Amino acid sequence: MKVPLSWLREYVDLPAVTAHEVADKLTAAGLKLESITAHGHEIKNVVVGRVLAIEELAGFKKPIRHCRVEVGEAAPREIVCGAVNFAEGAVVPVALPGAVLPGGFEIASRKTYGRLSDGMICSEAELGIAESSPGILLLPQDTPIGADVVELLGLRDDVLELEITPDRGYALSIRGVAREAATAFGVPFRDPGAVEPPAVPGESWPASIADPTACDRFVLRSVSGFDPAAESPLWMRLRLMRAGMRPVSLAVDVTNYIMLELGQPLHAFDRSRLSGGIVVRRAQAGETLETLDHVVRKLHEDDILITDDSGPISMAGTMGGLHTEISGTSSDIVIEAAHFSATGIARESRRHNLVSEASKRFERGVDRELPLIASWRAVQLLVELGGATAEPGVTHAQVEAAPLTITIPSGHPGRVAGLPYTRETVIRRLEQVGCTVSDGAVAGVRGGQGVAATGVVSSGDLADKLAVQGDDLITVTPPTWRPDMTDPNDLAEEVIRLEGYEHLPSVLPAAPAGAGLTEAQRLRRRAGRALAASGYVEVLSYPFIGERDLDGLQLPEGDARRRVSRLVNPLSEDEPFMRTTLLPGLLKTLVRNAGRGFGDVALFEIGLVYRPEADAPATAPVLAVDRRPIPEELAEIEKALPRQPLRVAVVLAGEFERSGWWGQGRQASWADAVEAARTLARAAGVELGVSADQHEPWHPGRCALLTVADPVTGESVTVGHAGELHPRVVEAYGLPPRTAAMELELSAIPLSGPVQTPVVSAYPVATQDVALIVPADTPVATVEAALHEGAGDLLEAIRLFDVYTGEQVGEGNKSLAYSLRFRAGDRTLTVEETTAARDAAVALAAERTGAQLRGA
Amino acid sequence: MSNTYDPVEVTPLHADEVGRAQADALAAIAAARDLDDLKTARLAHAGDRSPIALANREIGALPPAARAEAGKRIGTARKAIGEALAARQAELEAERDARVLVEETVDVSLPWDRAPRGARHPLTTLQERIADAFIAMGYEMAEGPELEAEWFNFDALNIAPDHPARSDHDTFFVESTESGKVLRTQTSPVQIRALLSRRLPVYVVSPGKTFRTDELDATHTPVFHQVEGLAIDKGLTMAHLKGTLDRFAEVMFGEGIRTRFRPNYFPFTEPSAEMDLLCFVCRGSSAVPGNPPCRTCKSEGWIEWGGCGMVNPRVLIACGVDPAVYSGFAFGMGIERTLMFRHNAEDMRDMVEGDVRFTLPFGMEV
Repeated sequence: MKVPLSWLREYVDLPAVTAHEVADKLTAAGLKLESITAHGHEIKNVVVGRVLAIEELAGFKKPIRHCRVEVGEAAPREIVCGAVNFAEGAVVPVALPGAVLPGGFEIASRKTYGRLSDGMICSEAELGIAESSPGILLLPQDTPIGADVVELLGLRDDVLELEITPDRGYALSIRGVAREAATAFGVPFRDPGAVEPPAVPGESWPASIADPTACDRFVLRSVSGFDPAAESPLWMRLRLMRAGMRPVSLAVDVTNYIMLELGQPLHAFDRSRLSGGIVVRRAQAGETLETLDHVVRKLHEDDILITDDSGPISMAGTMGGLHTEISGTSSDIVIEAAHFSATGIARESRRHNLVSEASKRFERGVDRELPLIASWRAVQLLVELGGATAEPGVTHAQVEAAPLTITIPSGHPGRVAGLPYTRETVIRRLEQVGCTVSDGAVAGVRGGQGVAATGVVSSGDLADKLAVQGDDLITVTPPTWRPDMTDPNDLAEEVIRLEGYEHLPSVLPAAPAGAGLTEAQRLRRRAGRALAASGYVEVLSYPFIGERDLDGLQLPEGDARRRVSRLVNPLSEDEPFMRTTLLPGLLKTLVRNAGRGFGDVALFEIGLVYRPEADAPATAPVLAVDRRPIPEELAEIEKALPRQPLRVAVVLAGEFERSGWWGQGRQASWADAVEAARTLARAAGVELGVSADQHEPWHPGRCALLTVADPVTGESVTVGHAGELHPRVVEAYGLPPRTAAMELELSAIPLSGPVQTPVVSAYPVATQDVALIVPADTPVATVEAALHEGAGDLLEAIRLFDVYTGEQVGEGNKSLAYSLRFRAGDRTLTVEETTAARDAAVALAAERTGAQLRGA
Repeated sequence: MSNTYDPVEVTPLHADEVGRAQADALAAIAAARDLDDLKTARLAHAGDRSPIALANREIGALPPAARAEAGKRIGTARKAIGEALAARQAELEAERDARVLVEETVDVSLPWDRAPRGARHPLTTLQERIADAFIAMGYEMAEGPELEAEWFNFDALNIAPDHPARSDHDTFFVESTESGKVLRTQTSPVQIRALLSRRLPVYVVSPGKTFRTDELDATHTPVFHQVEGLAIDKGLTMAHLKGTLDRFAEVMFGEGIRTRFRPNYFPFTEPSAEMDLLCFVCRGSSAVPGNPPCRTCKSEGWIEWGGCGMVNPRVLIACGVDPAVYSGFAFGMGIERTLMFRHNAEDMRDMVEGDVRFTLPFGMEV
């Protein structure tokens, strides 16, 4: 809402303060300042002049005039001017030498077209009144010559742009802002809406409300003999422009002016275009209307319409129809001022993607008492400025609506604030807002704000649940312009904000002792720290993916990751799905980094993936809000939502260990990716199982299945995969060769209990090395597991220190060299004992994998 | 030892002999050029076969009356030799050490960046820091899904389907606009989940990812992060809300930093407030004309930080909490915005692009 300060001052006796001081007070009251625009402060030395004589100069490409202009000085000035829209005797604004125009443009005497030009005759554009203007500004003949033009036209002004929250529809008007300003400064407010139009008998045009849920007040007034050529006066155009609206024509400008001043949207019909009585109703199937913007709109059955015998003539509160629009020849005008359903207009505006100044106000709630007043003001202005005659009669169709009342203990606002207010303070503040306050509870009266209530007016049960009990009850009737005030806390807010939020005490409540982070939350943090400490950089990529990602990852038909949640309105049509894997975002980020010169890159992400179930219901029900949902209702919602497990993934390429003066570095490989999973497993305190698998998007020969044993059942749970990416994936994403990746479901990792303390033996260690020959395709993990199990409890540690393939071990074989460390907790082991344990280990490995002791 | 001898007959114990042996020893010790030389000298002059050791053995041959004197003489000589050896040993070791350690000198300024450097994203660690500030006050961390039901994201928070606030949230809809499923536009649905699943009183903080259909630019991102706080207890007031946020501001930005409330509107709180933070750089001084300007608060003195208010009783009712018994407050702020003013991050695109140059300096904590 743009508020010219001069307009505001018309209704509030603001003290002599700066625009910033006014803005600060309004901001403190909840009307937040967006910006202040100063107009006309820089303009000086522009006066009213009369053109005494005009001499047309010939011989130039365009018409040039040399004028003598009286400016209230001893002698007239000579001024050269290129405009031709004035004659001798015209009264015009003249910028004298030394004048400054908007934009800091300075005027000086100068020689031009062979003549002296001792000033400039100004157009509206040059004075900053209009964006562009065809000729110079002509002033009324009775304007005093020599007068200061800035003062005369009110060019100097400050415009406050205020952010109006959706609950404060009333503040989308000068009237509403003025009321707040008056309260904020403690000065009188002159309500422009506090006028009583004279009662006039009869209807101005037949009209009725067919749907009382759509509209509860519909007022028409009419004028005839309006001069379509009449122009809006400069002051009106100036105010409209400064308030952010474009002047159009007098009839339209008047409706806009009243809307800005009072907050009541108005609509003007060309009476000659109306046929028969007007009916306010909902649309019928198949109806259409061509609106002012020349769009033929298919109407929805819920749309609220103004109709006559011909059908729809206007979309209520949103946009008028083209056929009945005021045109350049309209002389008989019907003014509509109505009170429409806030939600009805909100839906209509959203459905048709039509946001207008009118719809903005109706959506937020308009004062139900304004239609009679605003329409009367409009008629007055059309008569006064457009030479029209007011037609007798006023049409007033309405649906009765009892005013809403709210009963609270007078101490309620203070109890909400944590700062006691006296009963007098509470009542005074509520009255400043416009409420009527009476003592005690008023039984049985609650009422509602008709169709305008912007909130859901509570009724029955909900009203009982919201009611505040206590002593010293007061009953409050909110003003008709505050349909947002429906609940006890709404009253509390008004009192607290007007008393000032800055006076609230600062008291730290004593929260009960908390339990700290959950195990899962701690694990998530540990996982991030462990990966960062291992050299990975965290990224937070957008969770949007597309078909191209699913294909790029080489996911086969039927892969569970192809079952995606799709966005209706994605940012990019290429990425309309929610991710089912973290890899696409990471891979794209890797490519971006590589493209920026960082080819040695290791990234990780921890985040949710979205995995809709195949049999999930299509819709999540919207439950009631006047009670706690029952468990079955909540379960229905949860069933419709996709599973959203937390995952961790890494991607890496280039050198993972850098080359340098110390020698060659080491390329990132499948092994680093698997190790990243082990790092996470250690952070989680679980043992990771690693075995060969074939799973997209990994290289089929370099893909590890990652498993964890369930601590309760002992069953192996798949938690993810790691390895080198498939060459086709590398190609599809443009990745560096041999890019490796790991993805693991953190929420699938069972939470480990407390770590069990190991026995730390002080007895000496006994080490035995063994070399085993196994077929080359035997997984090392299997051999190691067999050795571990076979060696029994005496085995302290086992370490693979060499893998050898070559002639000495035979074609298709490999040799695995292990170092086994034995130790007992209660004695020094004998050679016989350790040898026996080693032999048992080798024997089990032989049995499980066919391993043969090398050299045996 | 019963025989008596003339001491003169035991030549090695003559004062002259002992003196010579001592002098020879000291000369050899002094002449030793390195530790090997010294070892040879030690063997020759202090070893078992050294003249002084041999002389010592003869003491028994002396008549008892003469033994004490001879013993003393030998003892003095041995002590002198021992001391000389120790002193020379120390000298030579110091010389050797000095030489060897100099030879082993390296350039300690050589780089050793073999292992890759990692870092956590500042948006992650900032969320943790904020959560920890509240956990220290007794709060617990609550979570919820990002793909959320409309009922949780809007209806239960008193944002009716046709409420203007609903259209202010540029919402991503999932599957269809009628599916009742959206990407959550705020972390507030976690409030509802917390109230439905936890026992009262409830004090929770919930950081997380949120979504609105904004185009990415320097100050907007369609995927962003918020942190939400909720406290529901008996007798909570707006003063408690102020106290909590003042404390939070102090924990995050230092002693004396406090908050300021301005009236605002949120459907799920009533009364509602916008929360500003006293600029932690200029402490408000830059707003006074004539003082130096402040880049952090743009010389406003205060920084817009978030929204807050007393939980609307309608929200409590939708969660089955009796507003006649319980009241409480909620607050929320943007993590990206906080990162921007706390760390002078100027462009939100840097936060989402994943360029390692942006993230690495933030290390493990923010």
